[in-house]
Amino acid sequence: MTYKLQFAELLPYWDILLHGLIFTIVLTVISTVAGIAVGTAGAAARTFGPKWLDPIVAAYVEIVRNTPFIVQLFFIFFGLPAAGVKLTETTAAFLAMVFNLGAYSTEIIRAGIEAVPKAHIEAGESLAMSRLQILRWIVLKQAFQKVYPALASQIIIVMLGSAVVSQISAEDLTYAANYIQSRNFRAFEVYLVVALLYLLLAIAARAILRGVGRIIFPKA
Amino acid sequence: MLARGRLSFALTGLAVASFAVLGLSAAHADALADIMKSKVIKVAVPQDFAPFGSAGTDLKPQGYDIDMANLIAKELGVKAEIIAVTSANRIPYLQTKKADLVISSLGKNPEREKVIDFSVAYAPFFSGVYGTKAIAAARYEDLAGKTIGATRGAIEEQELSKSVPSSTVVKRYEDNNATIAAFISGQVDLIATGNTVAASIAEKSVARPPVLKFVVKDSPCYIGLNKEEPALLAKVNEIISKAKKDGELEKLSQKWLKASLPESF
Repeated sequence: MTYKLQFAELLPYWDILLHGLIFTIVLTVISTVAGIAVGTAGAAARTFGPKWLDPIVAAYVEIVRNTPFIVQLFFIFFGLPAAGVKLTETTAAFLAMVFNLGAYSTEIIRAGIEAVPKAHIEAGESLAMSRLQILRWIVLKQAFQKVYPALASQIIIVMLGSAVVSQISAEDLTYAANYIQSRNFRAFEVYLVVALLYLLLAIAARAILRGVGRIIFPKA
Repeated sequence: MLARGRLSFALTGLAVASFAVLGLSAAHADALADIMKSKVIKVAVPQDFAPFGSAGTDLKPQGYDIDMANLIAKELGVKAEIIAVTSANRIPYLQTKKADLVISSLGKNPEREKVIDFSVAYAPFFSGVYGTKAIAAARYEDLAGKTIGATRGAIEEQELSKSVPSSTVVKRYEDNNATIAAFISGQVDLIATGNTVAASIAEKSVARPPVLKFVVKDSPCYIGLNKEEPALLAKVNEIISKAKKDGELEKLSQKWLKASLPESF
């Protein structure tokens, strides 16, 4: 191999990389919080909500889980303007991420809810707890504890999948890599560095999620 | 554009070979006289470069370059023999006398000028800033505070990044199709792209035809012909100037490029 690695070629672009890195982190954090909120609502609707709501949530979940993320993103960004809904690429990126994670986490959390023993709910009812109290303190607390590792994995998957938003010119880490590559043609170095950054991000995210898990569920 | 670059590489080798050919042409009579005598002019046109030249639904070549070839033949009062070539072999066709003229969206550069002669420009080929009709922008400064889309890494995107005011937001898309989609869907009202791309957008998107605001980089097309043919060169130049004056070129531009000739042309 005669290729000479020249990482110094990347130095003039460090601010673009940093900007991309921050965008990816912010995108992941916000869509994680909002996506899990959507997922919780979806799961609660499917298990405790009115009957007519179930097929609607089910349709949402199946549509998202059975179509590629990039198609969802392109539909929101390039498709919706035809219907009069014009979003900036940043809004479209956030929306697509929340939309996507929301569906997956609906199913994950629902699995947790269904694993809660009926007797626990009955115990809550016999203590005269309200429906909301039962949901909050008995069902969701146990459900989240059970599915927390699965949820954490899904968050990492969504974070790595967010690379796709570069395709609609949202300026994330992958966009920064593509931009630098189109300027200095150092594809090997650029993508190597960016792959390492994603790896570090994923490792850091796992560590943070584990820490958060220990705080929320002290016994686990 | 890529094909042109690849060609110039091939040309370096061909330059050597062409000396032998040029030696022959000196002994030869003048090409214009031959054309007038045989009543046929052989013209090499592109087969793979719409809208300049590509196969139509009847598999016959069609495009700006083909119309240009026929126009020249008509002015000379001879028949045009159209030879479809690729961008890699268009100059060899000329050098081996299989063609009298190359009308094949040929750009001018110093390497090529060493081996063949060029007429005056006959077709505009440039990248420019395009936008919806309502937007007024005549120079880079007018883009201040505006958002403009371009294909990442393309020549016009790099020019744009260098020249726009700092308040301009440049949205960089992955490929030409994403840039086109962004414009058609209304995500951006301005784009920087090639005039042939703009022509294809105008064809697809009747509701939002892109209007040229200003030229970013200009590299017009020239007709290529063999060296040492002053009579043919003069005649071709005369025909082009006349076509420019009497609106024939403007018609071709409207027909194939869906736009008027740029003022600088």
